[in-house]
Amino acid sequence: MSTRVINWFKFASPASFFPLAGRIAWWFAVPAALLAVAGLWLGLVVAPPDAQQGNAYRIIFIHVASAWMSMFLYLVMAGWCAMSLIFNARLSAMMAQAVAPTGALFTVIALWTGSFWGRPAWGTYWAWDARMTSELILLFLYLGYLALRQAIDEPRRADRASAVLALVGAINVPIIYFSVRWWNTLHQGATVSLTKAPKMAAVMLTGMLLMALAAWFYAIAVTMIRLRAIILERERHTAWVGAFAGAVR
Amino acid sequence: MSGATAGDGGVWPGVAWSLRRDLRLALRSKAELGVQLLFYAIVVTLFPLGVGADPTLLKALASGILWVAALLASLLSLPRLFAIDFADGTLEQITLSPYPLPALISGKIAAHWLTSGAPLAVLSPLLALEFGLQGPELGVLALGLLLGTPTLSLLGAVGAALTLGLRAGGGALLALLILPLYVPILIFGAGAVEAIRAGVGAGGELSVLGAALLASVVGAPFAAAVAVRIALD
Repeated sequence: MSTRVINWFKFASPASFFPLAGRIAWWFAVPAALLAVAGLWLGLVVAPPDAQQGNAYRIIFIHVASAWMSMFLYLVMAGWCAMSLIFNARLSAMMAQAVAPTGALFTVIALWTGSFWGRPAWGTYWAWDARMTSELILLFLYLGYLALRQAIDEPRRADRASAVLALVGAINVPIIYFSVRWWNTLHQGATVSLTKAPKMAAVMLTGMLLMALAAWFYAIAVTMIRLRAIILERERHTAWVGAFAGAVR
Repeated sequence: MSGATAGDGGVWPGVAWSLRRDLRLALRSKAELGVQLLFYAIVVTLFPLGVGADPTLLKALASGILWVAALLASLLSLPRLFAIDFADGTLEQITLSPYPLPALISGKIAAHWLTSGAPLAVLSPLLALEFGLQGPELGVLALGLLLGTPTLSLLGAVGAALTLGLRAGGGALLALLILPLYVPILIFGAGAVEAIRAGVGAGGELSVLGAALLASVVGAPFAAAVAVRIALD
């Protein structure tokens, strides 16, 4: 029986993950740019104007992708937080720290573009639609996480305290979502129903999916770049960072 | 990270001990308890002055105002839960005791609720009269607050423990961390009063509040215990 021992934890050390993170960033940054160009070309040039909404609908090519990423990244962040608490691993905590600003950014973009689309489509910048409301609360959860991290000087305590907060938040996200939906049906009636939207033309759907992939790859690339910065900052007292800084200089 | 430590002391003696201790401490400064209730009464009273005294409008806003004010009053009283014990070192001694830490924290949370949420719930029907609520609406409001405010104390305990000893904006930071988590309680608590006002039973909403209470009784003391240990490291 051949037992090849794989060292699963080789890349759990910031020092050995640092160069890999740099390579991963390139692997995903280039496809992200290509996908975004293709998606925007399909969405803004090829796709025809919508029968009802004219050109205003084109904002979905950015809006849908960022709304998906905003929710997905919170789960990714909570996942890394759980890893950091369970294995007491510094790199997992750094990953969570690196994901959070991108998640918050996508949440802001989703809210912003949504309200710009809402103006021509619904005649208002803001409606207390269930999804908009829960997206806004998601933004508060992201900002709370970032604020707690900022408020704690000692990095390891910041890691663990913010991890507890992110996990409590992750348990609450579905509860908040369903309670807001319930509240919305109670108070609003169905003013807006996107779920029963007419079927989308294939070219629009393709453009949207390309943009979603682009957003995903962008998030990975930018997280890796931010992770490298975090590693350098937090490991600045180590010999290898000193050597790296010397080499760059 | 160490979660629940199995100590020599039992769970219930631990709960009882810290409940008795915190209650005794709270009852020795009765003025502080009164001030919290007054805060609730004043915030609630400000709204009619802001939006006008139209009875139909006030009645429509009543449940929301009374519940939002309850959220704020709960938030305002949270630092009392751990901050003083943390500052004078008692909290560190408590974590070294043979009782399991989640049990001790459960007792503290129960004492906190008995001296903040419970009196507020009892007072609420009186304040609801300002808004013209009547009959069963008053009962549902008080019952909803009785079921909902312990959940606020439980969730808030996690936030209060996470922000222990932080220099930067203690109170405002705690609000940012905790208020989004309070949203479901607010929705179902205010929703219960709205439901009874609309003539449909409030059983569903009150059941959800009860379910949230049970879930947070099981989960929150453990999360708060982890957070306290992180703060004391």
